[in-house]
This record gives sequence, structure tokens and C-alpha cells, in this order.
Amino acid sequence: MMLGKLDWSAIPFDQPIPLVAAGAIGVGMLGVLAWITRAGHWPYLWREWITSVDHKRIGIMYTMLALLMLIRGFVDAIMMRTQQSMATGGAQGYLPPEHYDQIFSAHGTIMIFFGAMPFVIGLMNFVIPLQLGVRDVAFPTLNSVSFWLTAAGALLVNVSLVVGEFARTGWLPYAPLSETTYSPGVGVDYYLWAIQISGVGTLMSGVNLVTTILKMRAPGMSYLRMPMFCWTSLGSNMLIVAAFPILTATLAMLTLDRYMGFHFFTNDAGGNMMMFVNLIWAWGHPEVYILILPAFGIFSEVFSTFSGKPLFGYRSMVAATLFIVVVSFLVWLHHFFTMGAGADVNAAFGIATSVIAVGTGVKIYNWLFTMYGGRVRFPTPMLWSLAFMVTFVIGGMTGVLLAVPPADFMLHNSMFLVAHFHNVIVGGVVFGAFAGYTYWFPKAFGFQLDETWGRIAFWPSVIGFVLTFGALYVVGLDGMTRRLQHTEVDEWVPWLHVALGGVGFMMLGVAAQVVQLVVSIRHRDRLRDATGDPWDGRSLEWSTASPPPFFNFAVLPDVHGEEVYWGIKQKAIEAQRLGPEPRYEPIHMPRNSATGFVTAFFATLIGFALIWHIWWLAALGFVGAYATFAVFAWRKEEEYEVPASVVAEADRARRAARHAWLETQRDREVPA
Amino acid sequence: MSTAAPHPASFRAPHDPYALGGGRGGHGNDGGHHGEATGHGAGGPASKRIVVGYGFWIYLLSDIVLFSAFFAAYAVLAGETAGGPSGAEIFDRGRLAIETGCLLLSSYTCGLGSIAAARRHGRSTQLWLAATGVLGLVFLGIEVQEFAALAAEGAGPQRSAFLSAFFALVGLHGLHVGIGLLWLATMMAQIATRGFRPEVERRLLCFNLFWHALDIVWVGVFSIVYLLGNLG
Repeated sequence: MMLGKLDWSAIPFDQPIPLVAAGAIGVGMLGVLAWITRAGHWPYLWREWITSVDHKRIGIMYTMLALLMLIRGFVDAIMMRTQQSMATGGAQGYLPPEHYDQIFSAHGTIMIFFGAMPFVIGLMNFVIPLQLGVRDVAFPTLNSVSFWLTAAGALLVNVSLVVGEFARTGWLPYAPLSETTYSPGVGVDYYLWAIQISGVGTLMSGVNLVTTILKMRAPGMSYLRMPMFCWTSLGSNMLIVAAFPILTATLAMLTLDRYMGFHFFTNDAGGNMMMFVNLIWAWGHPEVYILILPAFGIFSEVFSTFSGKPLFGYRSMVAATLFIVVVSFLVWLHHFFTMGAGADVNAAFGIATSVIAVGTGVKIYNWLFTMYGGRVRFPTPMLWSLAFMVTFVIGGMTGVLLAVPPADFMLHNSMFLVAHFHNVIVGGVVFGAFAGYTYWFPKAFGFQLDETWGRIAFWPSVIGFVLTFGALYVVGLDGMTRRLQHTEVDEWVPWLHVALGGVGFMMLGVAAQVVQLVVSIRHRDRLRDATGDPWDGRSLEWSTASPPPFFNFAVLPDVHGEEVYWGIKQKAIEAQRLGPEPRYEPIHMPRNSATGFVTAFFATLIGFALIWHIWWLAALGFVGAYATFAVFAWRKEEEYEVPASVVAEADRARRAARHAWLETQRDREVPA
Repeated sequence: MSTAAPHPASFRAPHDPYALGGGRGGHGNDGGHHGEATGHGAGGPASKRIVVGYGFWIYLLSDIVLFSAFFAAYAVLAGETAGGPSGAEIFDRGRLAIETGCLLLSSYTCGLGSIAAARRHGRSTQLWLAATGVLGLVFLGIEVQEFAALAAEGAGPQRSAFLSAFFALVGLHGLHVGIGLLWLATMMAQIATRGFRPEVERRLLCFNLFWHALDIVWVGVFSIVYLLGNLG
């Protein structure tokens, strides 16, 4: 067969919901493409974004992908909450079980792999080189490849909405349910290839950022002068390098089982299904720290900036971060205490799990002491950070509760667990990402986000979050297990309604965030950030213009002491003048490259072909990918020169804005 | 043999504890790539050569983690023969010795290739790289033959969990060797068409690291799969 397993039966004509949803998305996408074509934006998009190897542009594209996918995953969440509050006491709701199972699987997969991950990777991409005082990441073209591979994975997951089906096996496809015996359809294959392709992108991103942080810093920026966000990003990316290969390996084994009849995780021929669970969590637990560590870095920057003080306990923060990096590999078994490894093993992992909370506790106290005695301001990033601090402590405590094996035997796979991990991931990672988004938005685009709409977005989000997951804690303690398509227990019903109400509040929050973006773009002149330092920041990204020139810094900063930019700024205020104008020299910047985009095109082809067993197309995809690589390897010029005059012009404009700002600072009291 | 300048790296040792080559600045620092900084902090971004070499090391570490997951799976499943053959019954020591000899020798020729490249001897570089490729091909050929023979005897990966883990682990290494050979051929074509440009030299450095890492992994496969398997 030319098209493998693919035929018209793959399109779910009998299921209106995915069809309508996919139709709406399709029409929307066609509309956007048509508008771009009519407005003639393709050359601009191709030149400035699609082929860009600029870490700032790539970071912004990662973040845009993340925002889209967060909304996509949120739609799944709305469907689950409505279904569960409707399907009680004999009613079946509107989602049949096989569809409901796809929705919770897609929700988790999309939120973690295509919402949270691109969000934190996007922020790291954008911020790290600016904070380190350098001009790009270590491997700019590879960075573009990473992004486009992630986008290819996201595309495949969304294609499954209308061509075939998605996995019904949860966000981690536990074997043997995910083996062909029990999941013969293409759902699990969509999952496998989407995650493998985007996983390669994530791994390359990790290699890239570790190398950037360890080998590319401005002169004088020793390790203990790096901003905290760079430290936690280093931790996060080291975890990516160490953990993502385990995910790749585990999913490759499952793929071999499914495609070639291997027996890694099967019931028969000696396969070991618990090995799947062990392997997947050996990646999965570090993964939660991959997500939360950059968020911890964002909170550190935000608390310090808006308290007008250096971060309290900088060195203990570094130590706590590295402690978490190491211990995150020693706790995986707490995801399945019920496996029956025995009291000794469970106790060891229970203790390790409780101990890892100490590292986070250190951080919480450091943030509190950072605010203590400071002149605290409360713009939107600070609100998200404070909401994080309050809710995360509760999530942390329920985590320590779950770390006690006897308690976990009762709460395993309950809604209490669901409430716990949403409490820490939404309250930690998502609030952190929103704090980072509002904090660095002016740096990225040159104007601030509207504060009023920021607050209007903030309050319903937090209220909805507390209502939803507070209610889920209660039904969990009341015995409700996770992933139920319908329930028959009357006592749970009111709480399920409360959870649905919470989702309603969160919808208001999401809508307000969209409005905030639109309003801010429309009023961008009023919200303009002229100086490049809208928050009175302390690290190097605030020393350059907003948005930064493509080369970030006209001259690489010379770093003396911690909080280098704060020092420079205070000196300038004291002396009432900027430093002497530097000597401008030509700069070498990497050339644009279509390699990332073309590679992702072929990767999508390969993934789609393998899902549907269209072997010739997969082979074609591999040949195309190799050809792309060869074209890249043979290109003549890797870099181009930016003349000194261009550099000087950009930097003189920045200095003029700084000078005007300095005039306004005459009467400002200089902290001792 | 000409007495052309030896590789600059060998003269820069005091500033360059990892002997990865000299260079201050990285891209964009001073517009050149020939400074002294190592990227440790004081001197600014490291040179491209250091950055590329370092980044490739980080990638190799991740590759080692990938292998270790397959090693772990093999360790768990090694006894699960499900009534099929065990390692001792199917491993052929003679073939293994030739295979291992070829791969280890190919690392040596690969190293000679990098010395020739450092002296910018185009022809001897190509010669040693070709020798590396031939040895790698022989290794891969023997492995394919082993796999085919096992499958023909009914001892394919579908037979038992032990054989699944064996085929996957050894096959993953073989896949790496195969990709390495494709890279090697591409590398030789690059040297032939582009000469020893800095980016070609950096890629050659990475290829050397990759090829030697595969040898190290093979030592693990040899010991844990074949030697321990023969004992059992």
C-alpha cells in the first residue's frame, strides 16, 4: 500500500467534537496564512523569524508556541471538568470513555511537553545570553533546529485530532496498556513520534544552553557573579542533558515493542512492565525540576528587583539549586510506592523525597528575607511571584505528605495526587512563566504590558486555581480516583461543581491575558520603554536597549563584582554621567539559516510516515534530512560582519536615552 | 614528512588546561577567533574551537546516558530467556574477537588521521580516515551477519525479552557506528572539497571524539553482554 495504514476511516466523521474543533483550528490557520499572504508579510517572516538564528527571536517563538499550546491544553481541561461535573449519578455526560481518555492524555502531554517546556526554554533562550553579557548562544543554528523540532512535535499531536486518534494511555503511556495488544490504534504512535522528535529538540537545547552558560560569559563574569536565573537554568539544562536521553531510550524500547515485536514491556516472553515505569520516572522526576528550576530563577530575579535589594543568601541559593539537581535523580520511585518494592526501598525513597523539600525550603526563606526590609513594589510579575509563594508552600506540604509511603498507598492515583501536582506545576511553573513573561516582555518588545489588565488577569486566575484544585484535594481525600469518565458518589458532586466554577474563573483570567496583550499592543506608544530599564533592574539584560539590538551589546560588558549592572547604574547616578564612550569595533554575527525549518519539515514527514507505516515516505524524509545537513555543512559563509558605524549608531541612541534618564535621577537618593 | 607548524593547541597548554586549543573572544568578542580565553570567567567567551569541543562533549555525555538506559534494561532482562537460548549458547567468541579488534584498531587509525590533519596532510588524513571507515564497515558487516544468523536460527529479538534487550543494545551501538560511517564519508568529502578550513577542523575534532566514545561504549558491551554472557 502506498499510504500504509492511512485511509478515509482515519478521519473521525462520526465524532463531531474533534471534527468541529479541528475544523475551527484549520479555518483559523488558513485565515492567518491568507492574511499573511495578502499583507505580503512572507518575506519579512521568512527573513526575520523563520530562518532567524537570533536567540531572542527563537526565545519569543518558543514562548508563542507555548502560549498557544497552553490554551489548547486548557480547552482539554475545560472539557474534562465539564464532563466530570455532568456525568454523575447515572448520567454519562457528553464524552464517551474512549474520547475522554484521549482528552486527559492529550491534556497532560500538551501541557507538559508543548506548553510548560517551550515556555521555560523560550524564556531561558531569550534571557540567558543577555544576562551573561554575550551576543548569542553557543550554537545559534542548532538553537533554531531545536525550536522547529519542538514545533514539529506539537504539530503532530494536533494532527492526531483529525487524522486518526490520540493515545488513551495517559500522559505517560504505561505498558502493557500502551502495547499493541491493548492499544492497537495509532494513538500511542502519535504520542511516541511527537515526543521523540520534540525530545531531540529539547536535548539539543539543553546541550546548547549548558555550553553557553559554562563557556560564553562576558569578561569577568565568574560563576558566582552570574544572576540566579542563569544558575537555575544551568541546573535545569544539566538535568535535560542527563534525563532526556532516558526518555528517548524508554520510548524507543516501547517503539520496538510496538513496531517490531520486541518484548521489553510485554506480559509474555519475559518482558517487564515495571521496568517501563521505573525508566519513565527516572526521566519524569528530574523533568519536574527541569520545569521548576527556571521558574525559581525567575522568582529570584523578580523578588530581588521589586524589593530593591540583592537576592538574600545568593550562595545558599546556588547550593540549594545544585542540591536539587542531584537529589532529583534519587526520588523517582515515589511515583509508584505501590509497586511493592518493600518497606526498605520505599522508606529510602520516601526519605529522599522529604529531603529534597529542604532545598526548596531554603529558597522560600531566601525570597522572604529578600523582601524583608526592602522597598517592595507590587507590579504584575511580583503578584504572580507572591501567589506562587503562598500556594507553592501548600503544594510542597501535600508533596511531603505523599512522600510518606503508607499515606501514599491510600492516595496513589487519587484526585488528591492530581490536585498536588497541579498545585505545584500551575502554582510554580505556570505562575513563574507568567511572572517571567510580564517581567521580560518590555525587554523583548520595547513596551510594557498593561498593568491594569495584568491585575484583571491575575486575580481570577489565582481564585480559579485555588477553587479548582482545593476542591480536587477534597474529593481526593474522599476517595475519588483520577481519570474517571463518570462517577456515582453523591458526596463528590458539589465539589466537582466547585472545581468547574474554578475553571470558569481561570477562563476569565486567560481571556484577560489575551485582552492585556491586545490592549498593550494598541497602546504601545504610551507603554514604551525608552531607557531599556523599566523596572529598575539589577542584571545585564537591563543595561541594553529595549528591544535589544540584534547584537545585544555594542561592546561586551566588563564585569566587576556581583550585580554588575546595578553597580554601573549607581556609579552613573552618583557621578551624574555615563561612562566614557567606548571604541566601537565591527562585530561578527551568525548568518540566518533555513536549516532548522527544513529539518523540522522532514522530521514531521518522518514522524507522520512512521505513525501510518508509510515506509517510503519515512525513507524520503531521512534522505531529505541528510541533504539538509549536507547543504548546511557546505555553506561558504557562517558569519557576516556588522560595520562599526552601525554598532556605534545603535549604541549612541541607547546612550542618549540613558543620558536623558540620568537627568531625571538628579534628586534621587543613592542607597548607601 | 614536512616540518610544517604543529597544531597550535600543543603550544598553548598553560592557558588551556583542557588542551582544546587557543582562542579568545568567541564569535563577536573581538571579531576574531584567536584569543586566549577558556570561558572560565575572567577572559570572556571562549573561542569557537573550545565552545564546539565542549558542547560536543556535553552531547556525548547525553549519549552515554542513552546507552546506560539500554544497559540497565539489558541487566534487568538478561535472565529472561523465556525458554529460548541464553547468551552462552549464542555468542561466538571468534567472531567477537575479530569484531572488537576491528573497532579498536579503527580508533587507532582515527587518531592517526587527526594527527595527519593537525599537520595539514590532506592525503594521509584521507588515507587514515578511509582505513577507519573500512574497519568500521567490517565491524558493522560482522554484526549484521551475527544478527541475521541469530534471526535465522529463531533467536531473533521477538523470541524473548533477553534477546530483545540484546538486539536493542548491540543494535543501538551498531546504529551509532553506521551514522558515524555516514558522517565519516561526509567528512572526507568536505576535506576533499573545502580543505582544512577552521570549521572543517572543528568537525573533524568532534568526529574523533564521537568515534572514540563508540569504542568506549563497545568495551562496555563487550564486557557486560558478551563476557558476562559467556560466563552465564
